[in-house]
Amino acid sequence: MTTHRREISVALAILALAILLAFVAPGYFSRENLIDLFLANVPVLIVALGMTIVILIGQIDISVGSIFAICGVSAGLFAKSGAPALLTALGACSVGAILGALNGALVAYVRIPSIVVTLASMVALRDALRWQTQGAWVQDLPAGFQWLGFSQSSYPYMSLVVAVVLSWGMAWGLRNLGAGRAVYATGSNEEGARLAGIHTRVVTFCAFGIMGALTGFAATLNAVRFNQIPSNAGLGLEMKVIAAVVVGGAAITGGRGTIVGTVLGVILLGAIGPALTFLGISAYWERAAQGGIILAAIVLDAVRSRTSQPGQEKHGSHLAASRA
Amino acid sequence: MPVTLLETKLITKSFAGVRALNSVSFDLLEGEVHALIGENGAGKSTLIRVITGAIQADSGTLTIRGCPVPHNDPGVARSLGIAAIYQQPSLFPHLTVAENIALTLESGGAWRKVNWKERNRRARELIERIGGSIHPERLVSTLSMPEQQIVEIARAIGADAKILIMDEPTASLADREVASLFKIITLLRGQGAGIIYISHRLEEISAIAERVTVLRDGETVATRSMENVDKTTLIGMMVGRELSTVFPKRAVPMGGELIELRGVSNRAGGLRDISLSVRSGEILGVAGLVGSGRTQLAETLFGLTPADSGEISVSGTSVRITSPAQAIDLGIGYVPEDRRRHGVVLELPIAANTSLASLKIVARNGLIDRNKERALAVRYLHQLRIKATSVYSETGSLSGGNQQKVALARWLAIDPKILILDEPTQGVDVGSKAEIHGLMMDLAERGLAIIMISSELPEILGMSDRIAVMHQGTIAGVLSREEATQQKILSLAVN
Repeated sequence: MTTHRREISVALAILALAILLAFVAPGYFSRENLIDLFLANVPVLIVALGMTIVILIGQIDISVGSIFAICGVSAGLFAKSGAPALLTALGACSVGAILGALNGALVAYVRIPSIVVTLASMVALRDALRWQTQGAWVQDLPAGFQWLGFSQSSYPYMSLVVAVVLSWGMAWGLRNLGAGRAVYATGSNEEGARLAGIHTRVVTFCAFGIMGALTGFAATLNAVRFNQIPSNAGLGLEMKVIAAVVVGGAAITGGRGTIVGTVLGVILLGAIGPALTFLGISAYWERAAQGGIILAAIVLDAVRSRTSQPGQEKHGSHLAASRA
Repeated sequence: MPVTLLETKLITKSFAGVRALNSVSFDLLEGEVHALIGENGAGKSTLIRVITGAIQADSGTLTIRGCPVPHNDPGVARSLGIAAIYQQPSLFPHLTVAENIALTLESGGAWRKVNWKERNRRARELIERIGGSIHPERLVSTLSMPEQQIVEIARAIGADAKILIMDEPTASLADREVASLFKIITLLRGQGAGIIYISHRLEEISAIAERVTVLRDGETVATRSMENVDKTTLIGMMVGRELSTVFPKRAVPMGGELIELRGVSNRAGGLRDISLSVRSGEILGVAGLVGSGRTQLAETLFGLTPADSGEISVSGTSVRITSPAQAIDLGIGYVPEDRRRHGVVLELPIAANTSLASLKIVARNGLIDRNKERALAVRYLHQLRIKATSVYSETGSLSGGNQQKVALARWLAIDPKILILDEPTQGVDVGSKAEIHGLMMDLAERGLAIIMISSELPEILGMSDRIAVMHQGTIAGVLSREEATQQKILSLAVN
C-alpha cells in the first residue's frame, strides 16, 4: 500500500540490518545486549512519542534535552526526600508538563515561533540547572529508587509494557479520538481547522504540555538505570528524537506522520550505532551512519513528492489508509 | 497629435478553457490618464498582467510606442518603461527607501561596490520630482501607506517609466491623501507619462481621467471620452450581462427570523452599523465590490472577528458570538471563500473533512465513532453527489466542484439553522454550479436561513430573495427580488 510506504521501507531497513548482523555478528542478539539496547532507547522512544504530536501540529520542540535533564534531577531529589517510586515519577512528569506548558503558552497564545521559544528555553533551562546544581550530580539515592523499585530482572519487562502501552495508546488516540483528529487538522491547515471550530490554540498548548510530561517520564526511566543522576543528561537528545520522528515519515511541516513510523525510526537509529561496533566499524561512524539515514529519508521524500502527480501529491495521510 | 504610448489589439487569453480576455483592444496616449473599469472578474487584472508581461496572451498584439512586442515578459516590459503600482505596495519593508528604489534601478555585478551617497541622492531627487519629501534612509516599514505609494511611484519614474499602471491606488488612502496623489498624477502627465488608472470609484475617474474603457466578461464594451459619459451610463455599460443560466429558484414558504443584526460594528473588520435579518427559508444575497466588507460580515457572524458593538440575535435570543465553536453551537455554518486554503483540509480524507465541524456529535466522549462517521460521510456523498471512489479518498484528489461539496457537507453535518456561503460557486464547473444552486434551494425548503456572498451578479439576482449591497463596510441598501437589477446593485455598490 502506497500510503504506508515510509513505515515499510524503515521496517525493511531494520530487517536488512538484522539479517546482516545475524550472519556477521550473531553476538548482537545476545540477551544482555538486546536488553541494554532496549533500556537505553526506551527514554528516547517516549520523548519521540511526544515529539510526534508536536511535529504533527506543525511545531517543533528543541528544549526537550534540557527539560529531560531538569526532570531527571527533580526525580532524584523527590526520591531523596523520601517520595515513593510512583510519586517520584509523577513529580518528574509534572515538572516536565509545567515546563512544556510554558513553551506551549508562548507558542499558542503569545504566537512566537516554536523554534525560537524552545531555543530560548533550551538554553535558559540548561543553564539554570547548571547554576542551581553547580554541575554536581545527584548522589546517595535511596535504594528503592533504582529500577523504580523493581528488581533488576523484572525491570526490563516493566519498561517493555510501558513502552508498548504508551505507543499503542498514543497511536490509538491519534486515530480514534476527536483530539487526535484535531491534531492532524491543525497541522495540515491551521486556519482551516480554526474555521471548522477547532480550538487550534488549545491543541497547540496541550501538545507542548504532553510533550513535557512525557519527557519527565522518560527522564525518570533514564535516571533509575544508574546510581547517580547527571546534571547534564539529555545533551543532544532533541536531535536524536527529531531525527527518529522524521525518519519515521512525519512531515516537518505538520499534518502527516504516524506513531508506528516513529517507533520504527527510534529502533533503526537506536540499533545502528551498536551494530557498527559489532560489525567491527569504529563507533566514530555512528553519527555519520545516522546522518546518512536521515538524509536518505529526506531525499526519498523529495523524490517521491516530485514524481507523484500534483493534486495527489498530498502524501496519503494515515487516516486515509487506516480504513481504506 | 499626441504620441500613442501603448496599444493592444485583439488580445485573447484563456485559463483552463475559460476565456478571461476576448479580443480586447486598448490604447494609451502620451500625457493621458486612461481609466479602466469593470465589475469583479471583468478582465481588468488579466489585461494588466498581459501588459506587464506577468502572463502571455494567447493571441493579439502589444505595441509600445509603435514597436510591436512579440514576446513580453516582466523584464522586457520594464525595459520598455512599463511600471505597475498596486493597491498594496510591493516594497521590501526591511530595506530603506533608497535601497528599495535602487533595487530595480542599479545594474551591475554581484561584486560592485555600492555608492551610498549617490544612491541616497538619487532617491531623494526622485522623490522630490513627484513633490514628496521622505528621508531616503528611512525603513519602508516605518512609512505610511501613502508614503509607500510615493516610493513606488518614485521607483517607477526612476526606471524611466512612461507607462504607469495604477491598480486601485486610492483604495487604502484618505481623502486628503487622494488629493496629493492626484497632484502627483498631474505632475507625471506634464512630464509626458501615460497612466492606466483602475478604480471602482467613479467620481475619482471623472475627476482625473480623460478617457475610460469599460470591460465586461473579458470583452471591451466601449472606450469613451470622459466628457461624454455620466455615471449612470458607465454603470449601464459595466453590467448588462445576460442572465444566461436558468436558476433553480423556487418559492419557499418563509418562517420567522433566524438571525437578526442591529447596528453591528466591528472596527477590526471595518464594519459600521450593520442591520440585517434573515428568515427561515430565505436566501439573502450579499453583493458588493471586493473589499466592501462582505467577508468581514461573514467572519463577524461566525465569531472569527467578534463584533465590538451592536446586537446579534439568533432565533430571537440575543447572543455574543466570540468563537467559531460558539457559532457552531448556535447552528451557524460558514463555507469560506478560499476553499483550498480554508474550506477543506486537503490532506484529510472526505470522511474526516465531513465530520471535522461535528466532532462533538461524531465523537461523543472524545472517541470517534467510526461507523457513525462513515454513515455521515456516505450520506452526504450521495446527497451532494460527490464524485469520489470512497469516503476515505483524500479530499485533495477531488475536483474543485467536489471539494466545494465536501466543504458544504461539513456544515450540513452540523445540522445548521443558518448557513453562510462565501462565493459558493467560484472556480466551480458549470455542472457542479447548478447542483450547488439546486442544493441551496433544497436547504431553504428545509427551513435554513442562507446568507450567500457572491461577486457574480446573475447568481445574486437568480438565487436571492433579498439582496443586501455593501459599500465600504456598511449596508448601502437592501433590494427585494422584484426590484433588484444589475444596474441598481452596481450603483449601490459603487455609491
